[in-house]
Amino acid sequence: MPTRDIVLIALFAALMAALGAFPPLMIPAIAVPITAQSMGPMLAGGILGAKRGALAMLLFVLLVAVGLPLLSGGRGGLGIFAGPTAGFIFGWIAAAAVTGFLVERLWKGLNFVTAFLAASLGGIVILYGIGIPWISLVGGVPLETAAAGSAAFIPGDLIKAGLAAAAIVMVKRAYPMIRPAHGRP
Amino acid sequence: MIAGLYRAGDSVLHRMGAGAKIAALAFAGTLVLTLTSLWLAGGFLGIVLALYGIAGFGPRLVLAQLRPVAFLLAILFAAQIWLAGPADAVLVVIRFAALILAAGLVTLTTRTADLVSAIERALSPFARLGLDAGRVSLAISLAIRFIPAVGQITAEVREAQSARGRRPSPLTLVVPVIVRLLKMADEIAEAIDARS
Repeated sequence: MPTRDIVLIALFAALMAALGAFPPLMIPAIAVPITAQSMGPMLAGGILGAKRGALAMLLFVLLVAVGLPLLSGGRGGLGIFAGPTAGFIFGWIAAAAVTGFLVERLWKGLNFVTAFLAASLGGIVILYGIGIPWISLVGGVPLETAAAGSAAFIPGDLIKAGLAAAAIVMVKRAYPMIRPAHGRP
Repeated sequence: MIAGLYRAGDSVLHRMGAGAKIAALAFAGTLVLTLTSLWLAGGFLGIVLALYGIAGFGPRLVLAQLRPVAFLLAILFAAQIWLAGPADAVLVVIRFAALILAAGLVTLTTRTADLVSAIERALSPFARLGLDAGRVSLAISLAIRFIPAVGQITAEVREAQSARGRRPSPLTLVVPVIVRLLKMADEIAEAIDARS
């Protein structure tokens, strides 16, 4: 892998940490904090593409695992992976991969709507598709219960997918990173 | 270098190798998930708490490990009472608490640098499959160095925008930051390649 790709992967892992340092937005109506961090997988996949985006997330997860307090709220360490919501952390890797895969395919005529679809499919559908069964499995609760508990986060994640989609389109215009070769980048 | 969650100390647990601790954690984690007896799970929790004592950590640090998940465990506890009865609810919460505390103990007693080198050692057998452990450690050390730099860039962009009288919004902040990172990547990669 070229050095530049390694640098990009490391930079986006560091960006994840910066997003985690943003103060969470509290929306009283749903009583759930909206953190900027879960925008990271959508941005990494949508800007770097599937492979580099997923590797950036894997690297970030590794940094959390080795004891750096990089998750929003200053959380980190191996304890995170023992908790019931660890699927949402591991899920970031797949979320970035799927967002990136879709953006690569939609690259030529990429606009806000297609970028939003890619970001929500990767960053919400895939992420929850991993996180919810994980809670159900390790917590011993039925899928519906786990899903009901997670649903409160969806409005915030839709806002984040919108922001990420706008950023993906703007960065593509300013500094495209995914090569629009024939078919595969 | 940003501060990790490591707490300095001189206990047996602090001196134990990072790889050995991870292996012990993986074994204990698997074991605790198979425990269906409340007494055995409680006993396991007791052992973990005793290990906190051996490491020289007090009850405040134990509670600090559990605080971020307390709300979630309470919900899980309520759901379990309703689904499976109080005994199972207590069992599930004890198992989670024990596991989270055990994993937290490894983090508290192991330096980040030691865990990183344990990862590198664990990866070296995969060199034959084309995985370059040197590239992996380069990525890890770069990311650790970039974290304060990215925070710095974010602060700069935010200042520049408010100086121009623009109220920083997540979008107007994130795009210029990302574009600066992408431009930086070329220079950094060239510098690394020139030195190696």
